[in-house]
Amino acid sequence: MAGLAVAARRKSWAGTAVYGGTAAACGVIALWAAVALAGRSAPVALTLPMGIPWIGAHLRADGLSAFFLLVVGFGGVTASLFGWGYERAHAHGHAAASGPVLPFFPLFLAGMSLVLLADDAFTFLVSWEFMSLASWLLVLSTHRESETPDAARLYLVMASAGTACLLLAFGLLAGGLGDYRFDAIRAHAPQGGAAALTVLLVMLGAGSKAGLVPLHVWLPLAHPAAPSHVSALMSGVMTKVAVYALVRVLFDLLGEPVWWWGGALMAAGSATAVMGVLYALMQDDVKRLLACSTIENIGVIVIALGLALVFKASHTPVIAALALSAALLHVVNHSLFKSLLFYVAGAVLTATGSRDLNRLGGLIHRMPTTAFLALVGAAAISALPPLNGFVGEWLLFQAILNAPALPEWSLKIGIAVVGAAVALAAALAAACFVRFYGIAFLGRPRSAEAERAGEVGSAMRIGMVVPAVLCVVLGVLPTPLIRLFEPAVRAMVDAGPFDDRAYQPWIWLSPTSAIGNSYNGLVLLAVIAALSVVLVLVIHRRASDRVRWSTAWGCGHEEPDPLAVSQYSASSFAQPIRRVFGGTVFAARDRVEMPEPGDTRPARLTVTWTDPAWAFLFTPLRRAVDWLTRQADVLQFLTIRSYLTLMFAALVLVLILVAVVRP
Amino acid sequence: MIAAVFHQIAQMALVLVLAPLLTGWIRLVKARLVGRRGPSPVQPYRDLMRLLRKEVVLARNASWLFRSVPYVMFTAIWLAAGLVPVFTTQLALAPTADLIALIALLGTARFFLALAGMDTGTSFGGLGSSREMMIAALAEPAMLMVVFSVAILVRSTSLAEIAGFMMSGAVGLRVSLALALIALVMVAIAENARIPIDNPATHLELTMVHEAMVLEYSGRHLALIEAAAMLKLLLYAALIACVFAPWGMAPPTGGSAIVGLLAFLAKLALAGAALALFETSIAKMRVFRVGEFLGGALLLSLLGAIFLYVSRGV
Repeated sequence: MAGLAVAARRKSWAGTAVYGGTAAACGVIALWAAVALAGRSAPVALTLPMGIPWIGAHLRADGLSAFFLLVVGFGGVTASLFGWGYERAHAHGHAAASGPVLPFFPLFLAGMSLVLLADDAFTFLVSWEFMSLASWLLVLSTHRESETPDAARLYLVMASAGTACLLLAFGLLAGGLGDYRFDAIRAHAPQGGAAALTVLLVMLGAGSKAGLVPLHVWLPLAHPAAPSHVSALMSGVMTKVAVYALVRVLFDLLGEPVWWWGGALMAAGSATAVMGVLYALMQDDVKRLLACSTIENIGVIVIALGLALVFKASHTPVIAALALSAALLHVVNHSLFKSLLFYVAGAVLTATGSRDLNRLGGLIHRMPTTAFLALVGAAAISALPPLNGFVGEWLLFQAILNAPALPEWSLKIGIAVVGAAVALAAALAAACFVRFYGIAFLGRPRSAEAERAGEVGSAMRIGMVVPAVLCVVLGVLPTPLIRLFEPAVRAMVDAGPFDDRAYQPWIWLSPTSAIGNSYNGLVLLAVIAALSVVLVLVIHRRASDRVRWSTAWGCGHEEPDPLAVSQYSASSFAQPIRRVFGGTVFAARDRVEMPEPGDTRPARLTVTWTDPAWAFLFTPLRRAVDWLTRQADVLQFLTIRSYLTLMFAALVLVLILVAVVRP
Repeated sequence: MIAAVFHQIAQMALVLVLAPLLTGWIRLVKARLVGRRGPSPVQPYRDLMRLLRKEVVLARNASWLFRSVPYVMFTAIWLAAGLVPVFTTQLALAPTADLIALIALLGTARFFLALAGMDTGTSFGGLGSSREMMIAALAEPAMLMVVFSVAILVRSTSLAEIAGFMMSGAVGLRVSLALALIALVMVAIAENARIPIDNPATHLELTMVHEAMVLEYSGRHLALIEAAAMLKLLLYAALIACVFAPWGMAPPTGGSAIVGLLAFLAKLALAGAALALFETSIAKMRVFRVGEFLGGALLLSLLGAIFLYVSRGV
């Protein structure tokens, strides 16, 4: 597919062929995965005569792989569909837009699928690096924009560091035997200190790809730099591949967990969830806001994974199954609404040429379909019932409420704090998406481009409609999906979320361990619909239905200002939250320059804030690396005798080490 | 089953009928406390009827969202109010949505109202929406933490179960519950835009929150929003009564709905009088003190949950 793209890059049909091909291939993958999951089929294994000689590349698709393949495949289908329309729309404007994307788009999807299928450490790492590099090249495809090179460089550094951590982790997993097949690792999983080190390394390696705080710094720069459909894949799908890596290693390869692994995951997840959404509230750039919100959602997923691990360690598999189901459901949900919202951002970018919230506004009148779909996405990600985001949060809270079942006191109390963090993140996410939607789609246009915007083409609209519809369907009927991925859950924690003895009808969501609680999105939706109909009928029969159009109340000013500068902007909307949370976390400061009376200069408001991850971790780290390289510079200008001495000393040191470590 | 459906419908109608009366009652008590005669307690009904008869004046750039939000908001809050057991715990919708879903329904109403505030593109609307979301960002977690404490104790988030457990007398007096009650009352004050967070009777720019958001609404839309606000106040009163003082409520078997109803009316009257007394004896706080107030509520509710472990060793 990539070869085709390179060969045909000058032809007009190249885009159609590549996106058509990826859509078909991803459709087949997703369909196969769904059938395999639904049929509860046994794992399929395959050994390819590639890679390291005499070993080959091992591939295997079990329930967990199939589930994540479903997510990747589905994301690939909608991204191809949207991308096809997106690039056709952009081809008229700036010609070079689509050229560099086409060859790497299928490679990126293939890399992600291979990570999920890998059954030995070597294949896994090569596919992982393949996925990273393909996405890095996709980020670079917009290299004409001034911010892209920096974003891409940072991404490359973080991705390499992450892979290095994973490499070491797999080294520890394989241990002294040097057998890198996952089967062998499962049989001889490391214990004690080696296992603990592996957990930390995997959290660093997969966490840097998923965007765990404080390893998230590349994410709000690199995800938005790519074209919108690639951003959707990176944010909605690639982060899920990182989640897959966490699940695979922590639940499957490492065998019996220890409780503090889950505790570490929950701590990292809570920090990620709250910080991520606060970052999102500070952003004025639509795509950066969405990328930061991805950090938050990854935090929520990691919290759920941590809970599952904790309950697995305390031998209460039914609750672990509930927490893991919450995590996997949120994986699906987030991939759907985040893709949808990135497509919306792409549509807005196509229509207005701007990603800056402060240059948008009033798009609900000019892009009615996009605006409606964006509303669905914003409501879903804010966890509003009866949409899908809420179901995931509900399951997570039911798992959190099971905390008294744990033996460790620190965890019981810790989980109460984690619950508060999840609730805080959810409430802040609602504020964040009211801001996103209210500034971009409501109000009056803040620029001439926003005023001239028009609806986007049908391919892009269909690409948005499909995830939006699924957001509603999964919110109303989540149980079939949870049943679908039950084999994956059973394989990881030896129990399912539902008790088969007390069979509940499939429209009810009532997991065994949810202490008798249940939720029914379908009935909720039906009641809401019925009540609304009654309400509308009564109001329109009884009340006056006269309508008069007039100007909005402007404190006595007749016509509102034409450029709408008096309405709330993105930064003014965030001001109360910035003031309550930002002062301590981000050292955020608002400075107002008010000219003297009679002075005609405009008044100015400057908002400054610093990212603590940069201020306390990465800037010192960079300085340390700089210092170290300067010190190591000396080594470049030594005489040959000194080099020989150094080499000899190194050899002696290694021999001593071997003598000490290996008895 | 049939009884549950009947109770459910009766309750939906009951909350709708009683909500304006509660608001009227609070206004009357407040007026008497400051030495005025005050309007009749049925005045809110008259206000709502008058608003329904009036024409709707829409801003020129109001979208379909602006016109549909009153219906969405009213429905969400009405449904949420129907979920809180008031006179009986036997309700048809009880297994459909628990306390978490109820909080989320209120969140839905708030989400859409905040969007509507931003739709006309005036600075008042944006001001109200941004402050409302800031308040909600702290109030909602505080409320969920209250749910957390109660749910750990009761082992359920279903309101019917909680009320039943509290009525059974198996709880006794607990520090955690006291903390949870204080936190819930603080949240209720903030969520209903009452003094000291917000003043429902003011139109002063510097202090408006809820009123700023709905400034552009008129006629039947405003009637729906006002009615929804009244319903929300009733909902919180009923919720506090249901969780912390469920006495008199009819359990699924035995017990009389009439007694439950009378007990509920008495509780409402008491809650309204207490709120009026509280509001007349306190001054409104600055908008940015709200963060501290609600942060306090969040900490109290979290402490309540932690105390449970310490006191009971659950």
